[in-house]
Amino acid sequence: MIPFPLRLAWREGRAGARRIGAYAAAVALGVAALVAVHSFSADVVRSIREESQLLLGADLRLSSNAPISDSVRAIADSVVARGGRLSRVTGLVSMVYAPSSGSTRLTQVRGVEGVFPLYGEVETTPPGIWSRLGETGVAIVDEAIPIQLGVRAGDTLQVGGASFAILGTVRGLPTDIGFQSAIGPRVFVARSGLEGGGLLEFGSVARHHVYLRMPGGEDPEDVEDRHWRFLRSQAVTSVTAEDQARNLTRGTRVLAWFLRVAGLTALLLGGIGAASAIHVYVKEKTTSVAVLRCLGARERSVFNAYLLQAVALGLAGSVAGVAVGVGLQRLLPLLIADVLPVAVEARVDRAAVVAGLVTGVVAAALFALLPLLRIRGIAPLQALRTDFEPGTTARSRLDRALALGALVGGMLLLSIWQAPEPEHGLAFAGGLGATLILLWGAAVTLTRVTRRRFPARASYAVRQGIANLFRPQNQTVAVILALGLGTFLITTVLVVQVSLGRVLSMDAGEGRPNLLFFDVQPDQRDGVAELVAAAGGGPVDLTAVVPARISSLNGRPAAEILRDRTDGGPARWAVRRLYRNTYRTELSDSEELVAGRWWGGAGAGDNGPPDGVSLDAGLADDLRIGVGDRITWDVQGVPVATTVENLRRVDWQRFDVNFLVVAEPGVFDQAPRSYLGLARIVDPEARARMQRNLVLGLPNVSVLDLALVQEALDTILGRVGGAIRFLSLFIVLAGVVVLAGSLSTSRHQRMREGALLKTLGARRSLVRRVLLAEYASLGTLAGLAGALLGVCAAWALTEFFFEVDFHLPLGRVAGIWLVVVALTLATGLANSRGVLRRTPLETLREVAE
Amino acid sequence: MMIVAKGVSKAYGRGRRSLVVLRDIDLSVPDEDFIALVGPSGSGKTTLLGLLAGLDAPTTGSISLGGARLSALTADERAAFRAEKVGFVFQTFHLLPTLTALENVMVPLELAPRGTAPRVKPRIRARELLERVGLAERARHYPAQLSGGEQQRVALARAFANRPLVLFADEPTGNLDSAAGAMVVELMEELNRESHTTIVLATHDLELAARARRVITLRDGRIESDRRNGRGAGDGLDRRPDGSNRDGAR
Repeated sequence: MIPFPLRLAWREGRAGARRIGAYAAAVALGVAALVAVHSFSADVVRSIREESQLLLGADLRLSSNAPISDSVRAIADSVVARGGRLSRVTGLVSMVYAPSSGSTRLTQVRGVEGVFPLYGEVETTPPGIWSRLGETGVAIVDEAIPIQLGVRAGDTLQVGGASFAILGTVRGLPTDIGFQSAIGPRVFVARSGLEGGGLLEFGSVARHHVYLRMPGGEDPEDVEDRHWRFLRSQAVTSVTAEDQARNLTRGTRVLAWFLRVAGLTALLLGGIGAASAIHVYVKEKTTSVAVLRCLGARERSVFNAYLLQAVALGLAGSVAGVAVGVGLQRLLPLLIADVLPVAVEARVDRAAVVAGLVTGVVAAALFALLPLLRIRGIAPLQALRTDFEPGTTARSRLDRALALGALVGGMLLLSIWQAPEPEHGLAFAGGLGATLILLWGAAVTLTRVTRRRFPARASYAVRQGIANLFRPQNQTVAVILALGLGTFLITTVLVVQVSLGRVLSMDAGEGRPNLLFFDVQPDQRDGVAELVAAAGGGPVDLTAVVPARISSLNGRPAAEILRDRTDGGPARWAVRRLYRNTYRTELSDSEELVAGRWWGGAGAGDNGPPDGVSLDAGLADDLRIGVGDRITWDVQGVPVATTVENLRRVDWQRFDVNFLVVAEPGVFDQAPRSYLGLARIVDPEARARMQRNLVLGLPNVSVLDLALVQEALDTILGRVGGAIRFLSLFIVLAGVVVLAGSLSTSRHQRMREGALLKTLGARRSLVRRVLLAEYASLGTLAGLAGALLGVCAAWALTEFFFEVDFHLPLGRVAGIWLVVVALTLATGLANSRGVLRRTPLETLREVAE
Repeated sequence: MMIVAKGVSKAYGRGRRSLVVLRDIDLSVPDEDFIALVGPSGSGKTTLLGLLAGLDAPTTGSISLGGARLSALTADERAAFRAEKVGFVFQTFHLLPTLTALENVMVPLELAPRGTAPRVKPRIRARELLERVGLAERARHYPAQLSGGEQQRVALARAFANRPLVLFADEPTGNLDSAAGAMVVELMEELNRESHTTIVLATHDLELAARARRVITLRDGRIESDRRNGRGAGDGLDRRPDGSNRDGAR
């Protein structure tokens, strides 16, 4: 025979399912988010793994900022000798001029030698032109180039001193990584063409790569392992296809974790919604439970029957959630394809489906447990005396504590399980817990203040609407919490985005430079100044740049320091890197002296020839040196001995030309150098004209139009912001489900009140105004609590995490608030149609029965 | 004796806020008796009914029902006892709104402790009872689809489903018009006769009380009077709360 709890659960559930449908919907939403996010991350990781060689275009890549030396080349050649294949690519940033349209643009120029990529096919328009890249004087360009420069196939592009005829465009290069094209479109030419164009002159920032395809069966890591010491000493970095996949996976893990945070938040909100639906359901069932107890049902049987209902509905919600989640999984790649390294193919991930189902059912049961415990406290006497309130007992307190412990513990485990690292999970759970507590505090305070301080002179409809917020069984605080959490997240993201955006909008400041010149040779300084002046711009602020490497620290050779693998020594990156140093007499506005003394006057030190350098305090820390220590630099093979005279703190956030190392004038006087220049030309057309003339007159000099950089950054920020907004929307949606659930559970009360008001002579319009006042105040309170907290969180984030100036876009925050109010009103009114439409008699008869 | 209450008091709350609802009640109810508890609102009728039925435990004193000492049982044991031996009828019917009339009548049969399973299947027994109260045609209806009188008849069928030793009824006609009320009372009396069930009912309705064999009047939580009705054994004699008459005879 089927046990009684099961039979009761089934019979009760038939009619109850509709009433706690909101509960299942809330669970479904949370599960949908989790399954979508899980499956999507699995898709991304799998796609990256499957295409790791395509993503790198090779098995192994060796890269260096200096031209690849013969000895490094010998390592590559030995691979080729064993049956491997090799190609070389040199990448640099350069101005491109299109004579046919007269336009210029800063682009990423790639000089290719040999067959590249070594894995995968390159799609071009027209097809089949990629193999002609080795020809002299031809270029294949990104699809953005024809649009931005107004050119088409057959037109000429001038890059440096060389001209290239456009063969066509590249549609998909397997090694494409979404972000790169945002920095600047790419122009592919033969590598020999770069040398001919004078683009590889001294001071140009080029990166040299050798791509290797290993002979059958050979592991690229063997080559790496055999030669790593030598490669390091040559400042050559190596990356295998597997490394690349791992790096990309790591990059997407951050995105996946963010998505999971959103999924977890949606699940948590769903849980809150589920708990509030069950809470109301149980309150409505008090008499039924008391009657069952009168009739001899045991406490445990009745409790189990309702728990079974909750679990069954949780399962139904989870199944629906999995279905929706699998659909969403296909939608997510469309939204954020631009920031993904690979084209993601969606596949149903069995593990994600099972995890979603289990998580949904467990979370549903955990969230339902606390409100369901009230069932155990219902006394049979309540069937006779509805006013009878059983007191709390030690056992009921213990039960509640256990249920609460299970809920908190369960959520904690869930977030740890979902996070890439346990600490992340704990941090998320802690942060969310703190946010919920703060929101709850804000919700309680705001509702209390509203209740106590609301003007008694307000119209009846408004007063009644506000009073309705405190209707018994109303889930006002739960709804404020749910809607408020969504509002909180959206507000935080918006305010942080706006604050960051202001820092990045470099062009905004009055008189700020909007052109950045680099690779200006000493004899080209006047030429650049003349071009800028001719375009109506102000003086060009030029700064010398001297490339140098550290040759020794306090007499200890860099090679020896790099060999020493004991802890506590200088940071390896700091010893190994290529420095771009400068010299000047004054501190800049974005610098502050923190140790030692700045050199006085305009030149020589007190004794002997000048040898002072000033280090960024952070760098000094990493190099484990301070004032008085000695650094010998290797400047193009010439040793230059210097002494650290002082340390500076540099505000890297400021858009100024800043340097890690600044020398006393005279130190690098004899060294070869190039110049960086900053200038401002207000008129965009004059700016474009100047860039054109620059390419023609001084082809090796590059200029970055900061307005265009701004545009590119805006695009990236916009894409990431779009993804974040989409997920936040999901959380708001979860909030709306909680709201709808809460409203539908209190629908009967609302109908009875409406009927009563109508019986007493209220017109429909008054009842409508009362409802409007109630929903508007609910939305206002939720929006206010969420927005206030969101602004505080954004302030904390900008101040302490991003360390940028906080800016409050008051209008847009108010806009979010209004949207929340409108959403609440719409959901509320949609839920209350019956209240307005039905006649009082209809309602009162039904309620009486 | 079916019911014996000794020195029963009930108070809600503690300390200064404590409210004493019943004081020092002594009462005996013989098997198959039909007694009515009457008294003004707040006199303690419903509380006494609840305590006698084992719905709550008295603050002091003891109650035994059908030979079992209720105060010695745990809440779950009391529930099992009720499932087997007690029936209930409420003023507001208290049918489970999500169950059909038939399923409502089946509930006590399905709750009966193992080993005490009815000889016939719950569904068949429930049909018989619905037929007995004249509602066989309405078996598949939900409570909301029944009139008040019909609902109370279903409640009565439910109350007698497990052939209880005692039926407790709280204002069973309080929400019914006189015709429906009369029908319910007649049914109750018939079932009482047929199944030899003891009936304890609490009511305001003196007409209904007059149909009981014994009427106990409560005031301020104490028994004010205890009388046998004309139709019963000790006609017109005031009885002591313990069931004996003034002469000490029982």
